[in-house]
Formats: sequence, C-alpha cells, structure tokens
Amino acid sequence: MMIEQEWAIILARAQFAFTVSFHFLFPAFSIGLASFLAVLEGLWLKTGKGVYANLYRYWLKIFAVVFAMGVVSGIVMSYQFGTNWSVFSDKAGPVIGPLMAYEVLTAFFLEAGFLGVMLFGINKVGRKLHFVATLAVAIGTFISAFWILSVNSWMQTPVGYEIAANGQLMPGDSWWMIIFNPSFPYRLVHTLLAAYLTTAFAVGAVGAWHLLKDKSNPGARKMFSMAMWMAAIVAPLQVVAGDFHGINTLEHQPAKVMAMEGHYQSHPNGAPLILFGIPNSKERTVDYAIEIPKASSLILKHDLNAPLAGLDTIPDADEPPVGIVFWAFRIMVGLGMAMVAIGMWSLLARARKRLYEWSWLHKAALVMGPSGFIAVLAGWVVTEVGRQPFTIYGVLRTVDSASPLDAPAVAFSLLAFVVVYFTVFGMGIWYLLRLMKKAPEAHESALDGAPIRSAGITPAPAVLEGASA
Amino acid sequence: MIDLTVIWASIIGFAIIAYVVMDGFDLGIGILFPFFKVGKDRDTAMNSIAPVWDGNETWLVMGVGGLLAAFPLAYAIILPALYAPMIAMLLGLVFRGVAFEFRWRDPAHRELWDRAFTLGSFIATFAQGIALGALLQGITVEGRSYAGGWWEWLSPFSILTGFGLVVGYALLGACWLNWKTEGALQRQSVTYAGRLGISLLLMIGLISLATLTLEAQYYLRWLSYPGVLATAIVPIATIAVTFLFYRSLRQTKDAQPFFWALALFGLCLIGLGISIWPNVIPARVTIWEAAAPHRSQVFMLIGASIMVPIIVAYTAWSYWVFRGKVGHDGYH
Repeated sequence: MMIEQEWAIILARAQFAFTVSFHFLFPAFSIGLASFLAVLEGLWLKTGKGVYANLYRYWLKIFAVVFAMGVVSGIVMSYQFGTNWSVFSDKAGPVIGPLMAYEVLTAFFLEAGFLGVMLFGINKVGRKLHFVATLAVAIGTFISAFWILSVNSWMQTPVGYEIAANGQLMPGDSWWMIIFNPSFPYRLVHTLLAAYLTTAFAVGAVGAWHLLKDKSNPGARKMFSMAMWMAAIVAPLQVVAGDFHGINTLEHQPAKVMAMEGHYQSHPNGAPLILFGIPNSKERTVDYAIEIPKASSLILKHDLNAPLAGLDTIPDADEPPVGIVFWAFRIMVGLGMAMVAIGMWSLLARARKRLYEWSWLHKAALVMGPSGFIAVLAGWVVTEVGRQPFTIYGVLRTVDSASPLDAPAVAFSLLAFVVVYFTVFGMGIWYLLRLMKKAPEAHESALDGAPIRSAGITPAPAVLEGASA
Repeated sequence: MIDLTVIWASIIGFAIIAYVVMDGFDLGIGILFPFFKVGKDRDTAMNSIAPVWDGNETWLVMGVGGLLAAFPLAYAIILPALYAPMIAMLLGLVFRGVAFEFRWRDPAHRELWDRAFTLGSFIATFAQGIALGALLQGITVEGRSYAGGWWEWLSPFSILTGFGLVVGYALLGACWLNWKTEGALQRQSVTYAGRLGISLLLMIGLISLATLTLEAQYYLRWLSYPGVLATAIVPIATIAVTFLFYRSLRQTKDAQPFFWALALFGLCLIGLGISIWPNVIPARVTIWEAAAPHRSQVFMLIGASIMVPIIVAYTAWSYWVFRGKVGHDGYH
C-alpha cells in the first residue's frame, strides 16, 4: 500500500512537471511576442511604413497559433492543482487562491476579450482602437505573469500567513506582504526578461534564416535588427538580474543554491565555483570537477574569502535533488552567456555595417533560435526542483500535498497527457515552423480563412492592406 | 451583517451561468459540426465563434479559480472525485481549442482537425454533464478529503446528465447559428433546433425525476407542502418557455430562439440551486463549511466588484464588434 502511494505521488509529480513545462513554452513566447506586436503596430501607426504592418501580419499569424496552445494548456494547469494536489489546494487555497482569482479577473479576461478584435477586428474598429486591443493583450500577458509568479514566489518564500486550527494556511493581515513576498520582485524581473529574450532569439532566428537566403528582404532585415537590439540590451541585463535573483535565493533558500553550485561540503574560507563536474550524491562530492577557487564566494557574497555553507548543514530529509538542479543551472547560465555573446557580436556587426551581410552571425543566430525556450525550462527546473522536497518551502512537503488518488488513475491520465500533448502541440509546433519558413512578403496576407477578410461591405478598403504599399 | 460566503456562492453561480450562456453555444456548434457541409457552411459556422470562444472559455477558469479561492475545501474534494471526467474534459478542450487555428493552417488535414473539433467539443460537454450528475448523486467524503474510488462518478444517472448536456449545448449551438447565419445553413440550424428543443425537454424531465430519487433532501425540497407551491413554478415555467421557444422558431425569428433556449438553461440552473442549496458539495458539505477565511473573501470581493463589471462591459463590446450575420468570409 505504501509503495502504491509513493508511485501515485511520483506519477503526479511527473504529470505536473510535464504539463507545466509544455505550457510554459507558450507563454514564454507569447509574452514577448505580444509586446513585439504592440511595438510593430505602434511604429506602423507612427511612421506609416509598410514594413511594420507587414511584419505585424506575419507575426500575428504565428502569435495566434502560439496563443491558442497557451490557452488550452493553461486551462489544464488551473485544474491540476485540484485533481492531483488537492491537499495542497485545501491548505494553501485561502492564500494563493485569491491571487489566482485576480489573475483570471485582471489578465485572462483582458487577453481573451481583446484577442478576437486583435486577430479579426482590424477592419471593424479602425487602426487606433485595434492598436488599443493589441496593447490590451500585451498588457494582459504582463499582468498574468505578475500574479502567477507572485503565487509561485510565495510557494518559494512563504510569508504573511497564519496556520488555522483546521490545518489551513490563512492570510495574515497584509496581502501586500503575501503578494510582494521576498523572492517575487526578483523572480518577476528575471522571468519577464527571459520571456523577452526567448522571443528575441526566436524572431532573430527567423530573420537570420531568411537573410541567409535573401539579404535584401526588408522584412527579414527589420526583424533581425530589432531582435539583435533586444539581444544586445536585454541579455546583459538578464545576467545582472539573474545575479540578484541568485543572491536573493541564497538568503531565503540556501539549500537550492548549494545544489546549484554542487556544494556538498561547507567552505569556511571561500567556496570554489564548479564550472563542470558530475555531482555524486552518494559520495557527497562532485566528480571530475573543474573549478575556480573562491569564485563562488566572490559571486554570491562579493568577497573571495566569505564562508559558504554546504549541504552538510541541511538535514537529509530537506535536501533537494542535486544532479538535476546542478545541470539545469549550467544549461541556463551557459545559454545566457551565449546570448550575451550574440548580442555583442551583433553590435560589432552593426558598427562594421555588416549586420545584414555577416552570414556567420546569421548562422549563429539561427542555431540560437530555440535557446530561450531551453533556458527558460532549465531555469524553471532549477527553481522548482530546487524547492523540493517541499511544495511550500519549509511549510508543506510534496509528499503531504497530493490528492488521495490511486496510482493507476494518475498513470493513465499522465499517459493521456503525454500522447495528446506530443500529438497536438507537436503538430502545432510544426505549423509554427512552417509559418516561419515562409519569407515575409511585401504584401503579407492576413490570417487566412479567418474573418479578417471581410467582404466588400467594409467602408474602407482593408485597412492594413492599404498600408503595405 | 452581510454574509460574504453567500455573496461568494452567488459569484461562483454567476460564473457558471456566464460559462453556460457563452461557451454552451460554441461547444454546441462543435457537436453539430459534422452535420454541416464541408466547405462554406463549416467555415461560416466556425467563423461565427472564432473571435469569442477564448473569452467564453475563460469563464470556466473563473468558475474553477473562484472555487479554489472562495471554497478551497470544495475544490480539493470535487476535483479528485471527478478525476477522470475532468481530465477528459481538459483533453477535449485541448483538441477543440487548437482546431480553431490549426484547421486554417493545414488545409490538407482540415478534415482531421474538424473531427478533432467535434470530438473535443463532445467529450468536454459530455464530461461536464457527467460531472454534474456525479455531484448530484453524491460523492464519498471523509474528513477534509475525497474518499471514493476513481470510478465512483460513473453511473446510469451521470451518463444521463452527460447526454442531457450534449443535447442542451447542441440546441444552443443550433440557435446561435440560426441567429448568426443565412441561407441553407440557417435553415438547417432551424431544423436541428426544432428537434433538439423537444429532446432537451425530455431530458430535463427524465433528469428531474431521477434527481428526486437520489437524496431525501432533494425530494423534500421539491415536494413537501407548502414549498411545492413555489417549486412547482419551475416545471411550469419550463413548459411555458419551451412553448415560447417553438413559437419564436416558427415565426422565423433570428435571435429570439437563442434567448428562449438560454432561459431553459436558466430554469435548469434554478432547479439545481433549489436542490442543492446551501451545499457546495450536494448533501455533503455546506458553503459555510467550505468557505475561505474572511480575509480571503474580502480581498477577492474588492477585485471582483471592480473587475466583473469591466469584464462584462468589454466582453459585450467585443460581441458588439462582431454583431450581425457572419458571411462566408467572416463578419460583414
């Protein structure tokens, strides 16, 4: 019986990890893409240049597909808390439930309410109101990230709650304290910048791909240039934000940082920065470690000789899995460094007036296309696995959070999710690639088949069409 | 002293009504989809809901999110109890949600995505109906958690409510198309609406009678004197509304039949309320037992009182933008 219970929990964790990882890919893209579209439409309204209108239409088609997949995979998440983690929901509901309700009220409805007009309404409401709709969707994605990251951060750094007689966690007298819990500002900035970088490198790769085939395509040039500005500016900012986030984590969740660094042992006189190695949790050491002496203390404490505690100071029962966190962290940081490098390279190319001609830069940008998605997932793994073995850090253990479900029920639903997600979203991603493969044209078509192609009764000729000349 | 728990029960009730009113017809169109001619008719049916389906579905998230926030105990008991139907509903919604986009992106496989649209809509509706039936027939609760097996939801009654909802949403879908389309598609929809109306009335009758046998509470609520004088209004009104529905259909009104069909749903929900009030898990857990603490209720109420009117306003605006009949190429 005990064994079966353990299986049910492992399967439930696998299911949550699978569904949330798949889901996260879409908002990570659509947060940045919505802002990109708002900028394109704003520039078009301001300058009247057709290239912006064309790019808007080009990326709107992609946005529509990404957004649809984000919506349907997101609805799943709002039910997963109850279906698979009912004890967690019962206990944490009074605190996190209202924050998630605010997400629905202030973000989901805003996005969904204006999406129809954004996708199909340009000929019905005019340019300015349509721009308002685009802005509303973009702002909605922001607000959504705000609330859900507040919830997640509260689970990492829970404050401002009381424990009721029935075992529920109740809000204390300050919601402000709960919403702006200690890790939230850092996590919000780090995640939003990550979403921007994800979009920048996806857009940059599409631009690079078309530049490799035709260096004169104005749409490809414009999108590549815009994406590379983002890379050059945001990637270094992200390094700074990540550093702050790491120091915040050291303060509130030291065990997570110990796992990230591979510090099984404490280092009283300055801890080394382990670049690579294979964490060996049995022997409590990192095999084949390549390390820089004292560098970890320098990064985390800004002092070469600062002492850093290791996992030897953490009770075994509270220790997160080291290997996954250690590796995921290196993947994230490695990709982040590569992003900075591309950003700098693009500045050099711009200075030499070779931004659109330097095909090695284009090839590198193409390879980096998926980098944001991988980095975002890796970062998510670091923070979520690093929180284990708790769902609410230090307060509620993962094993005490799950629903009273039979293992076969969870196994069956997990299998169903895996099959459906890989089939449906696999095809969706293939459609995205197909849309991206097509070069942006001088007269980019609207959403095909969709009601945007209003028949002749529309007073003005199709508004966006008119501007593309 | 205002009871915030009652207010929150009303807000969740409002979200459920809003969901049924708005997503009911677009799920219904999915259910009827295979009966429409490939090409122009299907494109038109799809286009009539493409701009609004996402907003409609958000009410489902509002309902469940609101339940977690305002009645966390109910959320924690109901979702594991309805595990299989809930997972099936979510997967159904995945298929139908992406079909809106994918069918245009991949003309070579449009037939496939049309089927996914129908299958997803049917499964999601059927699962919602089953969930309703499973709740009404009672679920096993021990302490603060669900204590039944993973097939407890399955019974002849829950299958009946599942089909009942399929018929109901299909009726709403047919009425919506009668309102928003022209020509052959509209005539076809009117025919379907006519057949579905009487089927729904039958289903409502069957489910109502079966419900009375499930729990003593339901029986007493409906049939004990003098309460019966009030509760009898519901079935009488149901018959009256059905009559008005058919009259408007015969007079070839565009919008009216849709609203009469919604009125039928409204009466069903009133009936549901009479049966289960003041429980959030019928005959098991009351709204006060499941309620979130006062501070949570107050904090959310501030947000809801500001945001819900705004949401209703821009949702109405979005419907207004896409008002009128939808042509083959979209709204005009």
